[in-house]
Amino acid sequence: MSRAGRRLAVCAALLAALPWVPGLDGGFARSLLTQMGIAAIFAISYNLLLGQTGLLSFGHAVYFGLGGYAAIHLLRAVNAGLPLPLPLVPLAGLAAGLVAGIAIGAVATRRAGTIFALITLGVGELVHAASLMLPAFFGGEEGVTASRTRAPHLFGLDFGSQVQVYYVVAFWLVAAALAALAFMRTPVGRMCNAVRDNPERAEFIGYNPQRIRFIACSVAAALAGLAGGLHAINYEIVTSEAVGAARSGEVLLMVYIGGVHHFAGAILGAVAITWLQVSLSDYTSAWLLYLGLFFMAIILYAPGGLAGILARHAAIVRARAAGPVMLAYAFALPAALLMIAGSATLIEIAYRLSTRPEAGARMRLFWIPMNAATPWPWIGAALVALAGYLLLKRAAPRVRAAWDLASPAEAVRG
Amino acid sequence: MAEGALRLRGVHKSFGATAIIRGVSLDVAAGERHAIIGPNGAGKSTLFNLVSGRLAPTRGSILLDGAEIAGKRAYEVSRLGLARSFQVTNIFPRMSVFENIRASLFWPLGHRYDFWRDAARLADVNERAAHTLERIGLADRRDAMAGVLTYAEQRALEIGIAIAGGAGVILLDEPTAGMSRAETEKAVELIREVTRGRTLVMVEHDMGVVFGLADRVSVLVYGEIVATGTPANIRVNEAVQSAYLGSAAHA
Repeated sequence: MSRAGRRLAVCAALLAALPWVPGLDGGFARSLLTQMGIAAIFAISYNLLLGQTGLLSFGHAVYFGLGGYAAIHLLRAVNAGLPLPLPLVPLAGLAAGLVAGIAIGAVATRRAGTIFALITLGVGELVHAASLMLPAFFGGEEGVTASRTRAPHLFGLDFGSQVQVYYVVAFWLVAAALAALAFMRTPVGRMCNAVRDNPERAEFIGYNPQRIRFIACSVAAALAGLAGGLHAINYEIVTSEAVGAARSGEVLLMVYIGGVHHFAGAILGAVAITWLQVSLSDYTSAWLLYLGLFFMAIILYAPGGLAGILARHAAIVRARAAGPVMLAYAFALPAALLMIAGSATLIEIAYRLSTRPEAGARMRLFWIPMNAATPWPWIGAALVALAGYLLLKRAAPRVRAAWDLASPAEAVRG
Repeated sequence: MAEGALRLRGVHKSFGATAIIRGVSLDVAAGERHAIIGPNGAGKSTLFNLVSGRLAPTRGSILLDGAEIAGKRAYEVSRLGLARSFQVTNIFPRMSVFENIRASLFWPLGHRYDFWRDAARLADVNERAAHTLERIGLADRRDAMAGVLTYAEQRALEIGIAIAGGAGVILLDEPTAGMSRAETEKAVELIREVTRGRTLVMVEHDMGVVFGLADRVSVLVYGEIVATGTPANIRVNEAVQSAYLGSAAHA
C-alpha cells in the first residue's frame, strides 16, 4: 500500500473507532463528534478559498445554508416517499452549493482582496435577508424541518441513533478531505497557490487569475454545501441562522485559529472551536469573550495557527533541539497560567455582577470561595494576573532565545 | 512572418497628459537578440509592459508573429508565445522552487484549466521543470521555498519562469540588475544558452552585458527610439553618445 493509502487507512480507522473510545461513547460526545465532522468539512472548504487561493470571504455560510435548505427539502421529499437512502441526501447540499458558488463566484471573483471580501459580505446579508422574506423556501422564522428516520433503510440502518449519523458525516468528511487534497494537486489547484502568491505573475504564465479564483470559489462552495447538507440531516431542521453572518465568521475563526497555511489546520480549528463552543459554554457565559481573546492571541503571536505551532515544534523535536525550548517553557507556562487565571477571575466576577446579579455575589472560582461584593477577590485576582504578566515578561526573552538557538532558519522566517 | 518576430508601429502611451512612449516603431527579427538601452525614465519598462500586455497602448500596433497583440491581456499575450521576466523579482514566494517552474509549464504544455489530473503525474511537465532547474542551476534548491532564496537565486528563478515554457519571444527586464560581476557573468552565459534559437528582447543597463549579448541595440530616449544598429554602430553613433552613452562609455 502506498504512503498516502496507509495514511488514509489510519485516518479512516481512527474516525471509525472514535465514537467507541471510552469517554466519547456517550450521546453527548457522539453528538459533539458529529458537529466537529460537519465543521471540519466546512472549514476544509473555507481553507480552499482563504488558505490556498488567498480569498477572504465574509459570506461563506451562504453556501453552507443554501446546501442545508436544499438537503432538508430533499429530505422532506424522501419523507413523502422518494426512495433515496439518507446518506445520499447531503449531495443535494453539494449541488446547491456548487450552483450558488458558480452564480455568486462569477460576480465576486472579478476582483480579489478587499473588494471580493466586501462583495461576499453584501451577498451574505442579501441571502440572509431573503431567507426571512421568502418563507415558501426558507420556512421563515421557524425554518424547515424534516425527519431523517422516515427514509428507506439502508442495510437495515434507520439513522435514528446519533452514532449512525456520525458515520454518515465521517464518510463524507473523508470524501471531502480527499477531494480537496486531490483538487489542490491538479494544475488548477497548483495555480490557486500561484494566484494567491502573485496574481500578476500568474497572468504572465498564461492564466487568467479571475478564472482560477472562480473555479476555487465553485469547488469551495460545493464542499460548504455538502457540510450544510450534513447539518440538515443531523439536526433535522434548517433555519435562516444557517446562512447568517455569525456562521460565516465562525468558519473564518476556525480556519485562522487552526492555521491558514496548513490543510490540517482547518480540521484542527474546526475541532477546537466546536469543542470550545460546546464545552466552554457549559462552564461560563463569558465564553465568547474568551474565544475572541484566544483568536486575538493567535493572530498576534502565532499567525500560523495551531497547525503552525505544531509544525514548528515537530521540526525542532525532529532536529533533537527541543530541550532548551522545553526548559524555557517550564518557566513561561506557569507564568502564563497565573496570568490567565487572574484575568479569568476578574472577567468571571465582573460577568456575575453585571449579567446575573440575581445569583448573588458569593461564588466559587478555581475551587476558591469568594464574595464579589467585597474588594478582596478583585484585588487578589488583579495581583495574580499582574504577577503572572511580570513573570511572563521575564520568561519571554528566554523562550525567544531558546527558539533562536533551536532553529536559526525558523527564527528568520518568523 | 517567421516565428518569434516582433513588430511595433507608432506605439504611444500616455498617462493622463504625460506622454511616456511617443511613437515607437521597432522590428525584431525571429532569432535575434535585441537590447534596449536608454537613460532612466526613458520608458524602457513601460515599453515592455505594453508589449507583454501589462498595459494597453494609447495607440499604435504591436504584432507578434503577425498577430495584433496591442491591448490584449497579459495572459492572452503569454498564450501566443511571449514570455517575460521582471526587473523587480516577481515570483511565487510561498511555493517551492520546483513548483514555481512547474506553474509556468501547465499552460504551454496544454494542461490549462485541468482540475482533474494529479500534477505530480504529468510526466511532460515534471521532466521539463526538472530540466529547467538544471539549466538555471537551481536543481539542488528544488524544494526550497522561493521566498527564502538568495537574491541571485531569485533572479535565476525569475529567468527560469520566463524561459521554461518555451515561448518564441522572451523579454528580460534588467536580468542582471543588482548582481555582482561574477553573478552577472554567470547570468549572461545562462541567458545566451537558454535563448538559443529564440527571439530575445532585453532592457539592460550593464553595457558589458549589452555589447556581449545583443545582435542589435536600440536606444530609447524620452519615449522615442533615437537609434538602432549593431553594437559596434551604436558605440560610435554620435547622437547616442550625446543623449546617453557619454558618461557610461567612459565609465
